[in-house]
Amino acid sequence: MFFIFRKGETPMNDFKLKVLELLQEDARRGADIIATLLGASEEEVLLAIQEMEQDNVIVKYAPVINWSKVHDDKVTGIIEVQITPERGRGFDTIAERIYRYPEVKTVYLMSGAYDLQIEIEGKTLKEVAFFVSNKLSTIESVLSTKTHFILKKYKQDGIILEDHEDDHRMLISP
Amino acid sequence: MLKTKKSMTEYISPLVKDIPPSGIRKFFDLVSGRKDIISLGVGEPDFVTPWHVREACVYSLEKGKTTYTQNAGLPELREVIAEYLYNQFALKYEPANELLITVGGSEAIDLALRALIQPGDEILIPEPCYVSYSPIASIVGGKAVGIETFAKDDFKLTAESLEAQITPQSKVLILNYPSNPTGGIMTYEDWLPIVSLVEQNDLIVISDEIYAELTYEQRHISFASMPGMKDRTIIVSGFSKAFAMTGWRLGYACGHQDLIAAMLKIHQYTIMCAPVMAQQAGIEALTNGLEEKDRMVESYNQRRRLVVKGFREMGLDCHEPKGAFYAFPSIQTTGLTSEQFAEKLLEESKVAAVPGNVFGLGGEGFIRCSYATSVSDLNEALERIGNFVEKYQ
Repeated sequence: MFFIFRKGETPMNDFKLKVLELLQEDARRGADIIATLLGASEEEVLLAIQEMEQDNVIVKYAPVINWSKVHDDKVTGIIEVQITPERGRGFDTIAERIYRYPEVKTVYLMSGAYDLQIEIEGKTLKEVAFFVSNKLSTIESVLSTKTHFILKKYKQDGIILEDHEDDHRMLISP
Repeated sequence: MLKTKKSMTEYISPLVKDIPPSGIRKFFDLVSGRKDIISLGVGEPDFVTPWHVREACVYSLEKGKTTYTQNAGLPELREVIAEYLYNQFALKYEPANELLITVGGSEAIDLALRALIQPGDEILIPEPCYVSYSPIASIVGGKAVGIETFAKDDFKLTAESLEAQITPQSKVLILNYPSNPTGGIMTYEDWLPIVSLVEQNDLIVISDEIYAELTYEQRHISFASMPGMKDRTIIVSGFSKAFAMTGWRLGYACGHQDLIAAMLKIHQYTIMCAPVMAQQAGIEALTNGLEEKDRMVESYNQRRRLVVKGFREMGLDCHEPKGAFYAFPSIQTTGLTSEQFAEKLLEESKVAAVPGNVFGLGGEGFIRCSYATSVSDLNEALERIGNFVEKYQ
């Protein structure tokens, strides 16, 4: 399980950061366990979580899924997009027009050679190509797009998807 | 059919033959090959060596760094260790002649005892303790003298119990704080009366500080940093525990240059030098691995709270371990001996823990549980131990 968090308005104190780290390791951990691990009371942990949920620091609790084990027919494209920012509103309006599509999985504003990086998922190459040519490129401020297809995901959100480093330790050692 | 005049065992030196079989070994045989158990018997980190350290080693191999090094170890490694010890523990050692790189802390203990002990010398060892001190003391011809420490004192060494064991033959005191198996530590104030006794009785101290980095809620106080103790203390430490590098076998000893020179004399003839690839990895660990080390320490601390609370909630007396990664709860309320408890726990609940009696005086009635295991395994193990204890209480 993992969750996405954004830097909120409220400054993160050390305690909340530790709660976040423990939830990021395993979001199914109960407040009682987290409290014990941190030497705090359950109420403190529940309050911290509640505040962070309200502040949209903790956005969602969702599992990390290795989709390649579920079906092989999913295609993910990474698209580099160059755009003309809109006067007064910068990149945000265009980003919003793009991220509202459910097939768009991530949208980042980038520094460097292009402006937005978009991750999009489709059932086929054709579907992704169709999205790029018919939906993305036709947005007025979009100047150019460059599409790359993901062949294999090794690691996602800090979690290695394929191999695990097994515990090689002897069961008893002095 | 043997083609010797005597049975083979008769050729073996009594110094070795008379060492009693290791209690931990017996338990090791019991669990060996079992895949269905959760083990709290592991005396090493559950972290794999951080990748940047492994990568640095691979890179050094690619660069062809496969030769012998100086007997005392790579100068660069000795320099980073000296700097590290100064920054972390306010210890000042000259990398050129007060520091020796060894094959794990174990070699350093062996070297120190061999360099110091003559037949008949007594070696004072607070117990329960790591299982190797007493056998090495015997191998070098010394006499190991155990000093019992107690849960009521948080397994600290007290002046009274030390003094009671000192004789004119006492030469060396072996210290191991933070302690394996108890997790006990010694503070500055705890050390003060020990310092006086060491001075009065002109003892040399071998201070095994392999768990120095793993202290919780307070900093480790090295015995060598106590007033007047540097010259008469040999610090033994290494990379195994704090940097999750057990299999690399990389340790070191620091002390007065004459003592280090004597140890080096043995080391150069018996070992030559610690493996160069491990030494390269050690440089990387100390240069770029401190944050990762702190992260691991924080993680042990969290799990320490979990197990101590767990044992106390099931009604077992558990002193608060302030160092290393072991809890040492008392199982006396069950009426079982340590060995019975550990064996039954293994058979009935499929949890392995090490019976306290294997660690010497004062260990009977306790079990050593390593919390260097995942939180989910710890929770499961605690639940199983809880159910087990309920049956016998």
